[in-house]
Amino acid sequence: MTQRLRHKTALVTGAASGIGRQSAIRMAEEGALVCITDIDDEGLAGTLALLAGRGFSLHHDVTDEDSWHSAIAAVLERFGKLQILVNCAGIGVRNDNIVALEEEGWDRLMAVNLHGTFMGCQQAITCMKQAGGGSLINISSVLGIRGSADALSYCASKGAVRLLTKSIAVHCGRQGYNIRCNAICPGYIATPLGLSVRESLGDEEFQRLVDKHVVGRMGIADDVAGMVVYLASDESSFVTGTEMVVDGGYTAG
Amino acid sequence: MSSDQSVRTSGAGNRCDGKRALVTGGASGIGAATARLLAGEGARVMLADVDEAGAARIADGIGKAASSTFLDVCRADSWSAAVASTVARLGGWDVLVNCAGILRRGTIETTTMATWHEVLDVNLRGTWLGAREAVRHMQGTGGVIVNLSSVAGIVGDQDLCAYDASKGGVRLLTKAITDHATRHGLGIRCNSIHPGVIETPMVANYIAESDDPVAERALWDSYMPPGVTGHADDVGHLIVFLVSDESRLIDGAELVIDGGGTVE
Ligand SMILES: NC(=O)c1ccc[n+]([C@@H]2O[C@H](COP(=O)([O-])OP(=O)(O)OC[C@H]3O[C@@H](n4cnc5c(N)ncnc54)[C@H](O)[C@@H]3O)[C@@H](O)[C@H]2O)c1
Ligand SMILES: NC(=O)c1ccc[n+]([C@@H]2O[C@H](COP(=O)([O-])OP(=O)(O)OC[C@H]3O[C@@H](n4cnc5c(N)ncnc54)[C@H](O)[C@@H]3O)[C@@H](O)[C@H]2O)c1
Repeated sequence: MTQRLRHKTALVTGAASGIGRQSAIRMAEEGALVCITDIDDEGLAGTLALLAGRGFSLHHDVTDEDSWHSAIAAVLERFGKLQILVNCAGIGVRNDNIVALEEEGWDRLMAVNLHGTFMGCQQAITCMKQAGGGSLINISSVLGIRGSADALSYCASKGAVRLLTKSIAVHCGRQGYNIRCNAICPGYIATPLGLSVRESLGDEEFQRLVDKHVVGRMGIADDVAGMVVYLASDESSFVTGTEMVVDGGYTAG
Repeated sequence: MSSDQSVRTSGAGNRCDGKRALVTGGASGIGAATARLLAGEGARVMLADVDEAGAARIADGIGKAASSTFLDVCRADSWSAAVASTVARLGGWDVLVNCAGILRRGTIETTTMATWHEVLDVNLRGTWLGAREAVRHMQGTGGVIVNLSSVAGIVGDQDLCAYDASKGGVRLLTKAITDHATRHGLGIRCNSIHPGVIETPMVANYIAESDDPVAERALWDSYMPPGVTGHADDVGHLIVFLVSDESRLIDGAELVIDGGGTVE
């Protein structure tokens, strides 16, 4: 195994499942020390078992500012520094269309997908400055590029994350912090979240969405984790403020 | 609805004859200019703003085609009231122009949680609440929604962290609305527009409140090509086009209006 992230330390949110879990595993394999966080403790234990001792887990709710403080403090205590933040925690909500969605759903989704990402980046930058640099990785989506009727607040949150990412990249770059900030825009990925779309839309509509990926399949978490590793590593040192589209061609056609 | 010639104010066009438009942020800047230009093209307009007196003043200046009402775009109950008075005063509702917005300084490091939520609430959540009212109301009859994003919804600015996020959100919110409306054949078009620097009170106040207004002015000038100045009417004319039936095939689009400022 190569060691593309040797001596690096990372915090991955939403790491109990899906893209977050796979990203944590791949980063640990590449030599990073990884703090995995989530509100799903059982899932976290499952991920931890796959890290071969290269990290620790923490109950962490990304919507809570104090919870962010404790998570970052724990990373500093255990690893001494924080260099990589992967904001993977994310949710969808039911009835997410312009007619049906109520305020409760909108606010809950924004709290996790957008406000959580904002707080994470804000707090991580403070430590990364001290560590001499770092990489912030936010998970937007193809739905931060293309619209979808049944993902209204989700689209809005991912469009917002995409531009938040650019503002952060410009700031950190201009300040000379050596901190990069990028977004990844995955297509539909076979995780509990991605597959829940089939449940809510039905087989036929779901297949229509899958068919939009020109490679003819939906993605797997590892497709995205590979991009996470690249953005976390020094190989991507000239890459900042981008939206890395990992979508099997969804937005190509 | 046939137009009442006596209601006309400025301009002599009829490109928006019979349309009934609610314009948020109508007390100032782009909203005020848009309301005036829409009325000049035959529309009836409701100017809605937290600045109720300001909206009333602009409406008075426009004349009989215009009315005004209080609206805080952050509150669903305020939307219900403003829509009810729009329908009552204009005899129906076909057009929503989401112009209400706020601009706050702050990088990722200096933006407080309070400022973050303030900006997201008005610019993104407020736009959503308005669009939801509009689609719920217009889904039987059709209509037009225009959302004000910004070039800040396309390129990042270090000092406008919350604003950028809000405008990136509006850009995609717009597309999700269009996808819904087209799939269900609602006859409602929804587009986002992305102005560069437009000389309105928003920009003037932001510059005046900065630590070094001269340097800040120069910075904002640098966002536009040399010698190019954006006026509220420039954006208003684009909105008139998007409201009129001339643009009937333009839907879910991002219209940049920045004098070429984001080309390089
Ligand atoms: N799966 C897809 O098709 C897809 C596509 C594009 C983008 N994404 C994005 O990728 C990210 C990861 O999604 P996934 O597919 O792995 O989903 P997932 O459901 O498998 O994992 C998301 C994890 O986030 C956690 N989480 C939810 N709320 C939280 C909170 N308040 N605090 C901490 N953790 C919380 C969940 O417990 C879960 O373990 C999300 O941001 C998602 O929007 C997913
Ligand atoms: N001026 C520019 O350079 C520029 C560029 C791109 C986009 N925009 C966008 O265009 C829109 C209009 O901007 P402007 O330059 O005319 O600004 P402006 O400040 O002149 O007018 C904005 C109006 O919105 C109102 N408003 C603020 N909060 C409100 C609320 N909660 N409820 C109802 N009304 C509220 C204000 O009272 C004001 O009358 C905004 O969305 C802005 O972000 C402006």
